[in-house]
Amino acid sequence: MIWKEDVECLDPAGLKAVQSEHLKKLIPYIYHHCPVYKQKLDVAGVAPDSIRSIDDIKRLPFTTKEDMRDNYPYGLFSAPQEQIHEIHVSSGTTGNPTLVGYTKDDLALWGDVMARVLCCAGAEPGDTIQIAYGYGLFTGGLGFHYGALTMGLRIIPTSSGQTARQLKIMQDFKPRIIGCTPSYALYMAEEAKDMGIDPRQGNWKIGVFGAEPWSESMRHEIEEAWNMLATDVYGLSEIIGPGVAQECAHKDGLHTFSDVFFPEIVDPTTGEEVREGADGELVITTLTKQGIPLIRYRTRDIVSINHQKCRCGRTSPRISKIKGRTDDMIVVRGINVFPSQIEHVLVGIEGTQPHYQIVVDRKARKLDEVEVLVEVEQKFFSDEIKHLNEIRDKIRKEIEAVLSIGVKVTLVEPKTIERSMGKSKRIVDKRTL
Amino acid sequence: MKITQISVFLENRKGRLFGVCSLLGANDINIRALTIAETESFGVMRTVVDKSDAAVKLLREHGFVANFTDVVAIEVPDKPGGLAAVLKIFADNDVNIEYMYGFVEKFSEKALLVFRFEDTDLAQQILAKHSISVVTKKEIEGL
Repeated sequence: MIWKEDVECLDPAGLKAVQSEHLKKLIPYIYHHCPVYKQKLDVAGVAPDSIRSIDDIKRLPFTTKEDMRDNYPYGLFSAPQEQIHEIHVSSGTTGNPTLVGYTKDDLALWGDVMARVLCCAGAEPGDTIQIAYGYGLFTGGLGFHYGALTMGLRIIPTSSGQTARQLKIMQDFKPRIIGCTPSYALYMAEEAKDMGIDPRQGNWKIGVFGAEPWSESMRHEIEEAWNMLATDVYGLSEIIGPGVAQECAHKDGLHTFSDVFFPEIVDPTTGEEVREGADGELVITTLTKQGIPLIRYRTRDIVSINHQKCRCGRTSPRISKIKGRTDDMIVVRGINVFPSQIEHVLVGIEGTQPHYQIVVDRKARKLDEVEVLVEVEQKFFSDEIKHLNEIRDKIRKEIEAVLSIGVKVTLVEPKTIERSMGKSKRIVDKRTL
Repeated sequence: MKITQISVFLENRKGRLFGVCSLLGANDINIRALTIAETESFGVMRTVVDKSDAAVKLLREHGFVANFTDVVAIEVPDKPGGLAAVLKIFADNDVNIEYMYGFVEKFSEKALLVFRFEDTDLAQQILAKHSISVVTKKEIEGL
């Protein structure tokens, strides 16, 4: 079924009219409620009452991750804090995390778009969903939860981890739908085999996988391993969390809910719109959010877009799977990792210079492992192993505190980390996605 | 009297120890005592050489991380219970040993051991009080 057929299958002219109406209300709203945006719009010479249609969006300034960081924590909020009912945080590039807040209506919107996601993936009323995305500050778990609640599914909120229990719950309660990161889906298949469970006989028939980039070959692997339909969900906490776009059973691009999250694909250097089908940076405007609405937010994700109507009947534009990033962010077990975060930790530890390298690997168990190589400095070198281990453990603990994932820290000899143009190569990603 | 030990950081990779030793050898620096402390991913080579200043300069020039550490080289009677007798003095006087290792060659009829103490100055006082002979820097250089 299609959750919101009236907008998801709207003809282009009708969709444009809806988007235009939203934008006409959005711009005066943020202009009068968010001083940071008032200034941005004034600088860009955009009068709040000058918006006539969605086409005017090109006159508006971009919003970047730096804007989020510079105005931490509440600078970009348009709604007063007493109207914010939930906050989530995700990784920032350095120091402060990225904070997002939801009003009551925003939470309803989240539930609505996530219900669209689940329907798009093939969920039917009466289905049971196992939500193995992490519950907490990460938007994955609760986003799926609100969508399933809105749709009226039976929810098993397992959160992430405890694989043996995940598998037992699958066998005992027979949920037809599973939501988790794609790498965790593969990991659970391996674990199932070890426990004598044939994953192909498992109960999950539809997977809604996201929070990290994955390829068609990984999709094939998951579908083969579990004998299921594996679909891709896209989102980012700055916009709402999961719920920005979702694949239907045709698996031919992710339907973007453009009546509420308006997508543009731009050249990352010039900011100019690229032609239909060409690769570019995905830019999203939240047309109806209240808490922290964002205008033309630069996602840094590289995708292409297709405005053709889909065989499923939806007219919403479809974005491709993420093809890359405009920055050096990597995603490990659903967590966004910026090399700058690690650099920040190393600079903060006395005596360490940031000569480091992040090695990400997906071992036989299919779970991403992060190793941070740190070159030993004359300043903190000691003849005593215990001092070196203390330094190593301190680096490890501080990185883990910032990233919220386990890492291995290895001390290496100076000048052994590969340098290109005098700069260390920061990331070695050995994963085959 | 303190003598100087050189500590060198080594990754657990093929040929790293060879790299250090061949560099020292090619520059006419003689290794007197040597031990390696190892962990899962790295090791620390601890060595006493005849020309420690030159050795550290050389190693650093070749990209190694190398430091000086104060240690004490003690002559221990080369007979059963010889080492135990010395260790008892340290134990009785709360002198903590971080690590210790033996010399490659013998200096006299006695065995020669390198001690790295938690508190080197305290250890020296105790040694002097008990008339335990230590090897001087000059003697190491001339070995």
